[in-house]
Amino acid sequence: MHELRTLIWKEITLEWRQRYALSGMLLYVVSTVFVCYLSFNLKRNELTPIVWNTVFWIILLFTAVNAIAKSFIQERHSRLLYYYTLANPQAVIISKIIYNSLLMLVLAGIGFGFYVFVMGNPVADLTLYIAGIALGSIGFASVLTLVAGIASKAENSSMLMAVLSFPMILPMLLMNIRLAKNALDGLDRSVSLDEISTLLAIDLIVIALSYLLFPYLWRS
Amino acid sequence: MFFMKKAWWKILTVIILYYVIFQGLLGTVPRQPILNETIRNLYFHVAMWPTMITLLLVSMVFAIRYLRSSNTVDDDKSAAFAKAGILFGILGCLSGSLWANYTWGDFWPNDPKLNGAAVGMLIYFAYLLLRSSFEDEQRRARISAVYNIFAFFVFIPLIYVLPRLTDSLHPGNGGNATFSSLDIDNNLRMVFYPACIGWILLGTWITSIRYRLNVIKRVQEERVAELSVNHHGAARAVND
Repeated sequence: MHELRTLIWKEITLEWRQRYALSGMLLYVVSTVFVCYLSFNLKRNELTPIVWNTVFWIILLFTAVNAIAKSFIQERHSRLLYYYTLANPQAVIISKIIYNSLLMLVLAGIGFGFYVFVMGNPVADLTLYIAGIALGSIGFASVLTLVAGIASKAENSSMLMAVLSFPMILPMLLMNIRLAKNALDGLDRSVSLDEISTLLAIDLIVIALSYLLFPYLWRS
Repeated sequence: MFFMKKAWWKILTVIILYYVIFQGLLGTVPRQPILNETIRNLYFHVAMWPTMITLLLVSMVFAIRYLRSSNTVDDDKSAAFAKAGILFGILGCLSGSLWANYTWGDFWPNDPKLNGAAVGMLIYFAYLLLRSSFEDEQRRARISAVYNIFAFFVFIPLIYVLPRLTDSLHPGNGGNATFSSLDIDNNLRMVFYPACIGWILLGTWITSIRYRLNVIKRVQEERVAELSVNHHGAARAVND
């Protein structure tokens, strides 16, 4: 537990020291939202709630892939070797997942705020929608952390990251979009229980697999 | 595997597949309004999916074995099974697309099962890409084994859980009747189950050939490397 806390704290300190990465990601979200806003400017009334929802989730997907891809790639080889001597791999992966979830929560929160600010807010059940975003952020972070670890081992890692992660994340993305649509239409919350439980189950499977598999990845 | 080198299971494969193809083309099938004669595709399309899942499952088991043993043989087997599984997945998509054209009126109707299968194929194409992006054999084996296990556990909810939550054109989903309701006299079953076994055996056969080719290639490469080393050594000796 203590090790985990130290590792998470290390990630946060590192991030804070190189603030350009963090501000870069924030700028990425904001400018993508703005590009979407301007692109839909030609025909505002064509922006139906479904399109609104889908565009938001696609922005979130690209943000997640870009933000999490760097979680292993940014680390120098020698520094990884240094961690290897100090920490045990399970603590490393869990700390990375927790840190990436926090990062995604921040990015998605700011992104959603700005998105609502420029694109309007058709959401009927805001609490459920925000809960959906939180679930999605954590889910994306947990799937993408292990994929980033895999991709970082190969040479052409940024392309590989996209190819490996998009189909992997699709089940989760579809579930999230459906949950978000339920919230958007303000359906009764009991309708969304199926989606929430499936999302939680996928999260659980993915985190358990990351926990079990990361030691093998780490060693190479 | 222990029975790999025996001949009996290959003979069994041929016999079963002969039976399936004859029954598939000539056997009696229930007459159904929209399906008509296309119901015969049951033995060729539907049977692809259990085959693919079985081959991918075996591939994942070998990936786990590789992670425990670090034996290159296990990785070779894992890769060969995955490739055969992908082959059956592609065949399943194609035969399904053809069937869909005659019954649902479209080569690729928007159906969660089709899309799930297509995304599953993408996941496994990415596996092949991942394998080809490593030079070092040990590294490739280890990392692609990790990805293989991860991919399988993402793939299963994709094709088994998600389609059940939505409406689908496929039988047994979204309130559609399952095939067993059409199969009054168990005629279809009598061919469908052997068909699954036959295709799985065929997949295993393809895998074993690929695997053995791989072994031959590796041995040859080693021999060439050895020869060139000897050659250089001899040349150096002459020069000295």
